[in-house]
Amino acid sequence: MDSIAITRQMLDGDRMIVNMGPSHPVTHGTLRIVLELEGELIMKATPEMGYLHRGVEKLGENLSYNQFIPLTDRLDYCSSILNNVGYAVAVEKLLGIQDPPRSRVIRVMVSELARIADHIVCLGINAVDIGAFTAFLYLFKQRETIYDLFEMAAGQRMHTSFTRVGGLMRDLPPEFLPLFDRFMEECPAAIDELETLLTRNPIWHDRTKGVGAMSIEDAVNWGYTGPCLRASGLAQDLRVAQPYLDYETYDFDIPVGTTGDVFDRYLVRVEEMRQSLRILAQAKRKLAEVGPGPVIVEDYKIALPPKEKVYTRMESLIHHFKLIMHGIEMPVGEVYSSTEAANGELGFYIVSDGGKNPYRIRVRPPCLPIFSSFDEKVRGRLIADAVAELGAMNVIAGELDR
Amino acid sequence: MVTEHIEEQLPGAVQDKHDFRGDHTIVVGAENLLAVADLLFKEGFQFLVDVTAVDWPEREGARFDVVYHWLNLTSQERLRVKVPVAEGASVPSLVSRFKTADWYEREVYDMFGVIFDGHPNLQRLLTWPDFPGHALRKDFPLDGGDAFCMDGCTAPYNRG
Amino acid sequence: MSEMNLQEAVVTTRLDAVVNWGRKNSLWPLPFGTACCAIEFMSVMASKYDMSRFGAEAMRFSPRQSDMMLVLGTVTNKMAPVLRTIYAQMAEPKWVISVGVCASSGGMYRTYATLQGIDRIIPVDVYVPGCPPRPESMLYGVMKLQEKIEKEGLGMRKDHIRRFYESLERQKELEARTGLTGQQAIREMLLDAAATGAPTIF
Ligand code: SF4
Repeated sequence: MDSIAITRQMLDGDRMIVNMGPSHPVTHGTLRIVLELEGELIMKATPEMGYLHRGVEKLGENLSYNQFIPLTDRLDYCSSILNNVGYAVAVEKLLGIQDPPRSRVIRVMVSELARIADHIVCLGINAVDIGAFTAFLYLFKQRETIYDLFEMAAGQRMHTSFTRVGGLMRDLPPEFLPLFDRFMEECPAAIDELETLLTRNPIWHDRTKGVGAMSIEDAVNWGYTGPCLRASGLAQDLRVAQPYLDYETYDFDIPVGTTGDVFDRYLVRVEEMRQSLRILAQAKRKLAEVGPGPVIVEDYKIALPPKEKVYTRMESLIHHFKLIMHGIEMPVGEVYSSTEAANGELGFYIVSDGGKNPYRIRVRPPCLPIFSSFDEKVRGRLIADAVAELGAMNVIAGELDR
Repeated sequence: MVTEHIEEQLPGAVQDKHDFRGDHTIVVGAENLLAVADLLFKEGFQFLVDVTAVDWPEREGARFDVVYHWLNLTSQERLRVKVPVAEGASVPSLVSRFKTADWYEREVYDMFGVIFDGHPNLQRLLTWPDFPGHALRKDFPLDGGDAFCMDGCTAPYNRG
Repeated sequence: MSEMNLQEAVVTTRLDAVVNWGRKNSLWPLPFGTACCAIEFMSVMASKYDMSRFGAEAMRFSPRQSDMMLVLGTVTNKMAPVLRTIYAQMAEPKWVISVGVCASSGGMYRTYATLQGIDRIIPVDVYVPGCPPRPESMLYGVMKLQEKIEKEGLGMRKDHIRRFYESLERQKELEARTGLTGQQAIREMLLDAAATGAPTIF
């Protein structure tokens, strides 16, 4: 491979070339970074991606709007539901409709659960990479509970495909809320435990403080969003800045850091988990206020009619047939819609030519711009810092490469 | 509104504009892109959110639209700028102004074959260096054009 | 010592059986995690499912120290040469479990970018279906591999591994001759194989 060629070519100088990845434990998948080293110091890092490029955007042009939903699961696979929600919001914007109130509350609930799960994976694995294994084990218990909740709601642990255009696949089952309550009790304790393990741990401080610091201007110029941008000190959160799903009616704070280093990102993520729990508590109250009702729009040109009606009424049968065979009638136009995913701004740019399938569907991955700044962040630092930095960027290859 | 400002300060730059579902779009020529980008930066649109492209093989003249999304962090306004570009023609690169454009432009080059003038390192990003063709062009088949991976199933899923 | 009862001190068995018993209960996994299945595999290693119950907790990220490769996730054409290199680097005896539909057949990604099943480029022993497979099914896959190892003759594995190394030689030769990248070389080889009707390139 070319990597080996590079290695031979440049070895005669003072610098040593080390290939990190594409199969390397800290890359969590498939990134490759070619490091030029002088001793332990990184003189240059050339990140390379595309090892998980699966052709999602091309596939999207050949699938109908609802068929694309399973592919959104597999973008940021640590928090699938956030992608489902983001995509559904985008298609609904294109259609110019809104999902029913109950669906909106449930979407908020599962989104925040997914955000917690994503931060758990990010923090847990980042700590493992740096050498602290315990936090991972404590946190993963909570993540299992979240996955159990998802399994109850959608039938799958990870790849939920929970949303549909215009609402949700189905309502929450009755067993959901009792387990949810238990989670709400146990999770804060687990986060506290994590903080006891890491926040005042001197080794953790040594390994994370000052690593990968970045100013707000640079972060914006690099296109940072999400926790990485907020750790630099800018309180930009799409849930507040450009609310969707009635986020403006929830009461929560946006945590910000000061320097943007790995430690700040850690703190921001921990606090975001707490804020998500706050939103979850409010969402549960809201769910009771909204009361039972439909979770998907009752417009049979957009959403499938219920099965009982399909089997008993001619009209519903026709709607069902039309929807399956010809798809949703889409207006001609283009929209860009973005939501706050766990890593930052997840955007969908959809161009419709009025056909059954999108003419072009573009996913704006939050971690692509973040990862592209890798060189600038680790240049002149130690290899060990590169490991910490990569974990805190939370690069998920699935959405990076699509 | 920022569209009016651009029209005032760069007369003739905006070839077309339209709004759809609250998204503002302007179409500018490739020759005006750098000026528009600088003006937008001054107007507060300092966040280049996304660069992508759309292929319109049947369209007269310019085959591709290179699509930029800007965000104003203060007012939370968004603006979409479309630059039509013919096959083989090039667009000025924005890397000197927005570092984030680096990889996005490489991706557009990889997937559509649009050339960005002044890009420091215009190489393929997602596919490998000698990949045949540009994957997101409409005439590039979903399965890559050869049957080696398809076992007889070459039909796209749902055309029609 | 002279009074030792031979019956109690000595067990007679076949060499195959005793070697295989040792091999099957101390599998050292190499997680070749590329995508979502790898995230699910974390659960397999973590407290709730715990793969160490099967003697397979010593995760090694170096191919030279492990004997069971778990391919967890989509392998794209860009990744294909890497996978082949890593498989070649593993020490004998080596086994491969292909976890998830992506690794087994390309799954939902029938596109230009995705390799339609890793069994086209490396030998696979056990396939675990699912997208992603539940942790239980991954454990079941490991148990199936253990069963397979138990029944193997010691000489049985030589043949396909020899063929794999031969194909690797062919690939290297093709790369050197034409200056193609590994990805493109494998693509050419797959095309040749498809033309002759062969299911794999080794
Ligand atoms: S099989 Fe499914 S879960 Fe596994 S890598 Fe493929 S898409 Fe992801």
